[in-house]
Amino acid sequence: MSVPAVHAAPRTFPRGVHPPEEKHWSRDRKIEVLRAPPLVQIALHQHTGAPCTAVVQPRQTVAAGDIVGNSDALISAPVHTPVAGTVQRETVATLPNGRHVRVVPVQSAPDQPSPEALWNDLFGGEWPTDSISAMDPSEIVRAVRAAGIVGQGGAAFPTHVKLARNPKKPVDTILVNGCECEPYLTADERLMIEAPRPIVVGALIAARAAGASRVVVAVERNKPEALAAIRSVADSRGVEVLALETKYPMGGEKQTVRAALGRTIPTGGLPLDVGVVVINVSTAAAIARAVLRGRPLTHRVVSVTGPGIAEPKNLLVPIGAMYADLIAACGGLKPEAARVIAGGPMMGFSLGSFQSPVTKGTSGIVVLAGESARPPETPCVRCGRCVDVCPLNLVPTRLALAARHKDWPMAQRFHITACMECGCCAYVCPASIPLVQLIRTGKVQMQKEVAP
Amino acid sequence: MTSSASAPPTGGTTATAAARPREPRLTVAPGPHIADRSLTTQRMMADVLLALLPLVAVAIAQFRQYALFQIAVATSAAVIAEWVFARMRGRPATLWDGSAAVTGLILALSLPATAPWYSGAVGAIVAIGVGKAMFGGLGQNLFNPAMVGRAFAMIAFPAALGATAYVNPTLGLDALSGATPLTALKMSGNVTPVLPLVLGMTNGAIGETSALASILGGLYLCARRTASWEIPAGSIAALLIATGLPALVRGVSGWSPLHDLCAGAFLYGAFFIATDPVTSPLTPNGKWIFGIGYGLLVLMIRRLSGYPEGVMFAVLIMNALVPLINRATIPVPVGGPVPSPK
Repeated sequence: MSVPAVHAAPRTFPRGVHPPEEKHWSRDRKIEVLRAPPLVQIALHQHTGAPCTAVVQPRQTVAAGDIVGNSDALISAPVHTPVAGTVQRETVATLPNGRHVRVVPVQSAPDQPSPEALWNDLFGGEWPTDSISAMDPSEIVRAVRAAGIVGQGGAAFPTHVKLARNPKKPVDTILVNGCECEPYLTADERLMIEAPRPIVVGALIAARAAGASRVVVAVERNKPEALAAIRSVADSRGVEVLALETKYPMGGEKQTVRAALGRTIPTGGLPLDVGVVVINVSTAAAIARAVLRGRPLTHRVVSVTGPGIAEPKNLLVPIGAMYADLIAACGGLKPEAARVIAGGPMMGFSLGSFQSPVTKGTSGIVVLAGESARPPETPCVRCGRCVDVCPLNLVPTRLALAARHKDWPMAQRFHITACMECGCCAYVCPASIPLVQLIRTGKVQMQKEVAP
Repeated sequence: MTSSASAPPTGGTTATAAARPREPRLTVAPGPHIADRSLTTQRMMADVLLALLPLVAVAIAQFRQYALFQIAVATSAAVIAEWVFARMRGRPATLWDGSAAVTGLILALSLPATAPWYSGAVGAIVAIGVGKAMFGGLGQNLFNPAMVGRAFAMIAFPAALGATAYVNPTLGLDALSGATPLTALKMSGNVTPVLPLVLGMTNGAIGETSALASILGGLYLCARRTASWEIPAGSIAALLIATGLPALVRGVSGWSPLHDLCAGAFLYGAFFIATDPVTSPLTPNGKWIFGIGYGLLVLMIRRLSGYPEGVMFAVLIMNALVPLINRATIPVPVGGPVPSPK
């Protein structure tokens, strides 16, 4: 596969929307280490693929980083405890997306590492690159799987599957996604500013594993500080840094690949089909940590932000801490808080309960205030605004109509399964029609009703 | 879709200080949780009314109280009809979305200054009743309601809306003393100069006389993206190419492509009538096809039929084709069609 020149990058993609960025709530808040809560709940299924089964017994003592659950399936990733402590009896928790999962609670031991020690262990210190070229690719993949690394951008797809070399589909480029296009969220931005080194080194290790010759870090233009920080590390290591247009959903991998590399991922396909592996910046840092320090993925940065939270913050939290712990660490909700969202306001899930554990894919908690209910729906006047913004060039109003009337042939004629549910259509609809919501449920129903 | 849930209680083993003296009222709903409120259906209708202001101003300057009369009759009849039909259908009246007022005003601006009151009133009632309510109300109609109403009135009262109805020298208004530019051309081959067509100094339906006013209002609509620019662009391009190519070959003598562009209701229709979102295609490609079809049909009716002007029929014919255009212009998703399961 030929490698296009750098200047061929269009740096944007057609259509999309420009919601208010709202990064100011937390973008200048240095990442703060959340003290280990008395109890963490480690979900056994927090990734795409097969769930894990617990490999620890109740009352067993575990050290920080010990494996807690594992699976033999190819598409799965083990889970580890972020704290030293005592295992409790397995129970069930509900994740923000509504999925009920088995969780292993671990009661934290009284002595936990200091915040400084934890930060240094995860992101500080030296990140040597000299050994990378001599590394065995399959050893890297093995280490990444053992560390339980999954995509931290949202989909939580096991990273080792993406990095494993496939002779039929060679990879030429590792694309590190630092777009963070969802309004409000600043976790990736802060990580790029405060820990650019492990991100870049992790990307180089990923390139070694996948056999890619080129590493590109893509960041939206509205993060100049992050761009500068990454550049200061990347330039001397042969890693390219691209500033992309600030536009939602730039962070969707189809859009990032298009904007950064000018390549179009086929519908129903993967970046792999165009010779690319896309990894999130936090994932890249986790790869460096796993390979160079043998540390599993046990902590992540989460933005707790928005007008409805007392003190917006970026927190480095143990995976398994409760949403309630994070909200409490940020001073709790303001009285005018109206909606609490796991993830960003475009694709995130609103929370009815804060008794959900943080998972590897948790990027933020956004608390909106004031009027948050959608205005009442009015008839579609076929203005076509949804068509004008759909990043995938679909006709959302027709898809929503087909979904509403369960007209599956029509839904298929209009390519319903190509929809990635970014929500641009519902965001702009002048008639406040819940377009993406209808399409989302329509896809699920269609799958149930149309026999394969 | 929005259900209400109070803030969840804290408690259990991870009890924290999330509970506050005054608990916030939280809502739960599927995302996206934010919306672009800058454009609503109501705002779109207000945009159209705003964009029609230059046309209304020219109409009043030219036709004085007769223009005001047409506007008042047709607009109020449309709004009253909207209320009545909504009640008859047992639906909440949707007066405040402004769509009925837009239909009434568009209809009024397409009438001659001296049309009798009942032509505008009946036109407006048919526009709302047959043109819209019968199809299921806002967003459901196949044909542009204002044009449905006008077609009905034109057939019901041919003398009141025909070519001769425009001329009425006894009223003492300059504009009413001569035939409309298109009738003058069709009947006697007289060519009106372009400048009066641009400024709005000729006879015609009260809103159509000034090309400049239509362009000003139309550009505002396109800039607001309330109207899709592809439709006027396609129709203007089609008209200019279809009239310009023969002109290049034969040379221009008298009636030029610019005349075709500025005379009659062509621009008014291209910017304000053909762009009705409900009755035009959804996709950019479809809008181009629609605009080009409108431009060519107007020209064909002007040249080949007994009517001097063809905007109304061109819009109605293109409206009928919209479902077919929509079907033929389903866009290919980025990345190609969904692969069929193996």
